[in-house]
Amino acid sequence: MPSPVTIVLPKKESVLYSQFWDQVSSFPGGHKIRNCIQCGSCTGSCPISHAMDVTPRQIVALFRAGFLEDVLRSNTIWMCASCYACTVRCPVGIRVTDTLYALKRLGHKKKILPRRVPVSALSDAFCTNIRTYGRNWEVWLGLKYYLRAEPKKLFSLDLARFALRLITRRRLALRPARVERIGEVRAIIDKAVAMGGL
Amino acid sequence: MEFAYYPGCSLEASGRPYDVSLRRVFERLGIGLREIEDWNCCGATSYISMNKLTAYAVSARNLSYAERMGLSVCAPCSSCYTILSKVNRHVRWGDEHRDQINEALGAAGLSYSGSLDVLHPLDILCQFYGIERIVEQSARSLGGLRIAPYYGCQLVRPMGRYDDNEDPQQLDNLFRALGGEAVPFPAKVRCCGGMLMTTYENIALKLNHAILAAAVEGRAEVVVTTCPMCQLNLEGYQERIAAAYGTPIEIPVVFFTQLLGLALGFGPEEMLLDRMLIDSVGISRKLVEVSA
Repeated sequence: MPSPVTIVLPKKESVLYSQFWDQVSSFPGGHKIRNCIQCGSCTGSCPISHAMDVTPRQIVALFRAGFLEDVLRSNTIWMCASCYACTVRCPVGIRVTDTLYALKRLGHKKKILPRRVPVSALSDAFCTNIRTYGRNWEVWLGLKYYLRAEPKKLFSLDLARFALRLITRRRLALRPARVERIGEVRAIIDKAVAMGGL
Repeated sequence: MEFAYYPGCSLEASGRPYDVSLRRVFERLGIGLREIEDWNCCGATSYISMNKLTAYAVSARNLSYAERMGLSVCAPCSSCYTILSKVNRHVRWGDEHRDQINEALGAAGLSYSGSLDVLHPLDILCQFYGIERIVEQSARSLGGLRIAPYYGCQLVRPMGRYDDNEDPQQLDNLFRALGGEAVPFPAKVRCCGGMLMTTYENIALKLNHAILAAAVEGRAEVVVTTCPMCQLNLEGYQERIAAAYGTPIEIPVVFFTQLLGLALGFGPEEMLLDRMLIDSVGISRKLVEVSA
């Protein structure tokens, strides 16, 4: 994949850079990130950009300037709620949401994660949930996430009341639903991981 | 008309009213739904943040089982709908993902050739079944009930094939045809924040406040949703939104299938309207009174 950047990057950055290209090449149209005209439609469309330390437009600018590590350390990629507003509005067809997913995977792989932003803990908990039960058990997911990220929240009255309201309306599963042939799910996961994933 | 039904994890718990109302509505309309045997979680937005091939392959197990049934998939949760559609497209395109996904599936003795369609029930009802046929079978008019049609994000973006990204119309048209009034609702495709309610609550409260405030401004009496995550966010946090923004908000937020069921003649309990967190049974009282 030809690189749009001509400056010489430090070693760590250049490794990140090439792995990022592997990631964006793994979905159709990923390479269109090179066509960014810095118009800011993504940032303007993003319902969360006001709270991000680096806006979606700046993500592309930083990446092109060779600051991929700073991109991975930003809270931006973990705040994205995947609403795809940026993706459908980008005038040059950049798959912004998919690009942020690519960055999440790269951050996980290289263990370059934002400090004090525990969102990746949610993905971890979610994936363990699937491996254990085959289905997502919301109670367990919430417990596991809050234990790691915000333990004091587990003792909040609001959360207890919310859970109780759901329980009395039979809208909270007190036991996990399980996939019968969980062995199949685990075999697929193991195989995909062994293949190196994407 | 028959589909392989993929309920998804939420519909077994917080989204149960969606599951029950959807099954009953489809049965009444004569649309077959056969649950996919031993289905597993689609992976949602979390798995794809960790490892894409794993996310796709785990999702594809469901499509593999559906393919054995020879039926296209009905996926009522917007997040499941998006991830299953993504996987389906990759396999259909026949790009390198197709082989990798099948290699991983092979570890469980499964495969998927891409012969199916993945559809949301709203698409099935409005595009394949037809709004006119639904109206013909309706037992009640919605009697001018003021409805804020909330589509959320992932139903119409990026996969939605049957409606507009920015100003979708299917819910508007469906409920207008059934005698309701779709209010002007500029927040109809704004994001509810999804899992941010767990990870960044303040941001999620702000997003949900904007959506609910728009519904209130349009003088809506009810918000209808197409996704279990949106529904729970919009319904479950109204007290906290009111506390944070100093404006009392109390508006029923129901699944579109629940309201559709009322129009088809089901009672509010049959549509599980008594299981909502905000009192929603009143909607049906109004509806019956007006049409009686």
